Amino acid sequence: MILTNLPIGENAKVISVNGNNRITKRLMEMGVVPGVSVRVIKSAPFGDPLEICVRGYHLAMRKSEADTIQVQSPKSKIQSSE
Amino acid sequence: MNSKIITAAEKQGAANGGQSGKSSIVIALAGNPNAGKTTLFNALTGLRQKVANYPGVTVERKEGVWRLNGSEKTARLIDLPGLYSLDATSLDEQIARDVLTGKLLDLPKPDVIVAVVDATNLERNLYLVTQLLEYKIPVVIALTMVDVAEKQSLEIDTQKLSELLKISVVEVKAPQKLGIDELAAKVLETAHNKSVLDNNLFFNSNSADDLDFIHLSLQDNGEINKKIFARYNFISDVYQESVKPKQTNERSFSEKIDRILTHKVFGLLILVAILLFVFQTIFSWANLPMDLLEKGFGALGDSVRANLSEGILTDLLVDGVIAGVGGVLVFLPQILLLFLFLSILEDTGYMARAAFLLDKLMSRVGLHGKAFVPLLSSFACAIPGIMATRTIESPKDRLATIMIAPFMSCSARLPVYTLMIGTFFAGQTLFGFLSLGAVLILAMYALGIVVAVAVAWILKRTILKSPPPPFVMELPPYRLPNVQNVLLNMFNNGWQFLKRAGTVILAISIILWALTAFPRSTELETPSQAISQNQIAPGSQEPAVVGSTEENCGCSLEGAKKIEEEKQGLALRNSYAGQLGHLIEPVIAPLGFDWKIGVALIASFAAREVLVSTLSIIYNVGKDSNEESEGLIDAVRNAKKDDGSPAWTPLTALTLMVFFVLAIQCMSTVAVVRRETNSWSWTLFMVFYMTALAYAAAFLTYQVGKLLGFG
Repeated sequence: MILTNLPIGENAKVISVNGNNRITKRLMEMGVVPGVSVRVIKSAPFGDPLEICVRGYHLAMRKSEADTIQVQSPKSKIQSSE
Repeated sequence: MNSKIITAAEKQGAANGGQSGKSSIVIALAGNPNAGKTTLFNALTGLRQKVANYPGVTVERKEGVWRLNGSEKTARLIDLPGLYSLDATSLDEQIARDVLTGKLLDLPKPDVIVAVVDATNLERNLYLVTQLLEYKIPVVIALTMVDVAEKQSLEIDTQKLSELLKISVVEVKAPQKLGIDELAAKVLETAHNKSVLDNNLFFNSNSADDLDFIHLSLQDNGEINKKIFARYNFISDVYQESVKPKQTNERSFSEKIDRILTHKVFGLLILVAILLFVFQTIFSWANLPMDLLEKGFGALGDSVRANLSEGILTDLLVDGVIAGVGGVLVFLPQILLLFLFLSILEDTGYMARAAFLLDKLMSRVGLHGKAFVPLLSSFACAIPGIMATRTIESPKDRLATIMIAPFMSCSARLPVYTLMIGTFFAGQTLFGFLSLGAVLILAMYALGIVVAVAVAWILKRTILKSPPPPFVMELPPYRLPNVQNVLLNMFNNGWQFLKRAGTVILAISIILWALTAFPRSTELETPSQAISQNQIAPGSQEPAVVGSTEENCGCSLEGAKKIEEEKQGLALRNSYAGQLGHLIEPVIAPLGFDWKIGVALIASFAAREVLVSTLSIIYNVGKDSNEESEGLIDAVRNAKKDDGSPAWTPLTALTLMVFFVLAIQCMSTVAVVRRETNSWSWTLFMVFYMTALAYAAAFLTYQVGKLLGFG
C-alpha cells in the first residue's frame, strides 16, 4: 500500500520510492529509502500535509509525495503470508 | 607524498594571490539545518564574523576568523548554508558545492571541512558527511547535542564512529564552549596530515571532478537514487555498530508539544494568537523608537539648518540627505523587532510548524507554506516581509512571494486612508450602524489581498511556472532559542538592510529632493527672514500662479507663516516635480486627478505617507500638518482645479485610495526588492506592473463611479 493510506500511528517498512524526479531524490536524501521503517504521526488541519517519523526524526510531506512511497505494514505482511 | 602536498598547497596559495596568507588555513563549516551549526560558528568566531552575499545570488555568505589554539594560528572559517545534501538542486546546495570544489573566485578550496552532526539525528546527518567524504577534502566531525541524545537513551560510541568513518569525531557543546580546543587540535592535525584522503568507503571514484560528472550524467536514469541508497546502507551499518538505542515506546517531548501546537483546531488558534501577539508587539514596541528617530532626525535637520548658512547645500543636506536617511532609519526598529521574533520562531522550531499548518491553504494559490509569514509581516511593512522570504528555498516561489508582498496594506498606507476618510467619509454610516470609514479601510485591505492572490496565481502559471516545490520538510525538535544566535541574526539583518537599501534610498531621496527643489526662481532664493520682514513683496508677485489657492487658505492663515507656506507652495509648483505634475496631468485626468495630485503622486513615490506632507505644501497649509489636521482637511475639501471645479470629490478620494493599495509608491521597497532579487529587471518589472495595475484599477473605479452618478 502507499504511505498515504497507512493508518496514523502504525509502523511500516518502505518497499520502494517510485518516480525519478526531484521529489523522489529529496525524499531519499532525507532518509526515506527502501527498507527503512516509517510511522505516520498526523495530518495537518486541512488534511494535508502529513507528518511522519523516519530514522528518529519528524518529516512533513504532502500527500501527493507520500503517494509515491510504497510501504508494507507488519499486519499486511501477516495477511499476505496466510 | 608529503612534499607533493606542500607544493599543491603552495600552488593554491599562489593562485589566490596570497589572499589567505601563509599561516592561515581555510575551513568550511557544513551541516544540516538545525544541527547546531550557527551556534558552533558563533562560538568559534565570536564577533569576528562578517555577513555578505555570494556574488550574484542572495545566499548569505558568512565568514569569520577562528583562532585555533589561542591566537598563534588563525583560520578563515566559512559557514556554508544549512544543507541536507550536496546534489545541487537548490541554490544553497549549489553554492556549497562551489565552495567545496574551490570554484568561487575569491575563495580557495577549503583545507578542512568541519561537519556538524546532530547526535539525536545521526543517520540523516551522516548522509551529508558521506557526500563530503566523496569530495576528497579532509573532514572532521563536530558531534553536537550529545547530552540531548543521552537523555533520549541513545548511547553513541564516538570512538567506534571515528574508526568506522576513518575520520576524527569530536564531541562539542558549543554554548558552553566545551570540546572547542579538541576540535581545533583535530582540525590542525587533519590539515597537516592529509593521509585521510583515501576514503573510498562505499563506492570508488577517483576525483571530485569525476564524481561531479557522475552526479550530472546519472541524474536522468535513476542511478543517482541507487547512490543515495548505497550511502544510506553504509550509514545504517555504521549506525548499528556505533549506537546502542534503548528502544522505548515513549513519545518524544516534541511530539507531546505538537499534540497541541499542530492540533487541527487548537493549532490554528494558537498560530493566530502567536502572530497577533508578534505584530501587536512590533507595532507597539516600535512606536516609541520610531517616533524618537523621526523627531531626532527632524531636530537634526533643524539644527543643521540653524547652524549652516542658507543655501542649496544646506537644503540638499537637510531635505535630501538627512530626510532620506531618516526615512530609512525610521523602519529599523520594526525590522529589528520582526527579525527578533522570526529568529525566535525559527530557532525554537515553530516556524516549520506554521508552514506545516498552512501549506494546504497556501498551495491553492501555488505558493509554499513558508510564504505565509513573510506575507503577514508585510501588513506591518513590506520591507521586513520581503527580507523574511529568505526562508523559502525555491527561487521561483520566493520571487512570486516578493512580487505580491507589497500588496499587503502596510502601516504607511494608513495616513493616506485616514486623510481621505477623514475628509470625505467621516461620521457617515452604512446601514445605520457600520462606520463607513472602517468598512472602507477593511475593503482596502481586502482589495490588496485579493489582488495579491490573483497575481500569485497568474505568476505561478506563467513566468514563474515551476513544478510544485517538494514540501518534504523537516519538523525539527522543539528547542530553546540560543540568545547569541537570535541577537546576532537580528543585528546582522538590520545592518544588511541599512547598508544595501540605505545607499539606494539615499540616492533616490536626493533625486526626489532635486525634483522638488529645482529650478529655483531668484525671489525664492531670498532668505526667509528677509521675506518675513518684507511680507508684501512676494505675495504680490504670485497671483497668476496661486489662483484658486488664495481663496482657500488666504482667509484662515495670516502673516509670515502664511507667506512662508505660500512660498513653499510656489516653489513646488515651479519645480521639476510641479512641471512633471503638469506633464502627467493628461494621463491622470481619466482618474479624476489634477496636476497637483500628480505632484503628490510623484513625490510620494519616495514613501506613501509623503502624500500627506506634499498635499500640505501644495495647498499651502504647512509641511507639518498631519492627516488629522483640520487645516489640511479643509484645504482638500475646498481645493479647486484650474478650471474652478472642485479638485476632490468622494469618488476622487476613493480612487486615490484604490491607487495607493496597488501602486508600489515606496522607494525603500524598491531598494529592498533590488537587493533581495539581485536583479534590476525583476525590480523594474514590479514597479511597472504594480503601477499599471494601480492605474487600471483607479481608472475603473473613477469611470464606473462616474457612470453610476457618483462624483
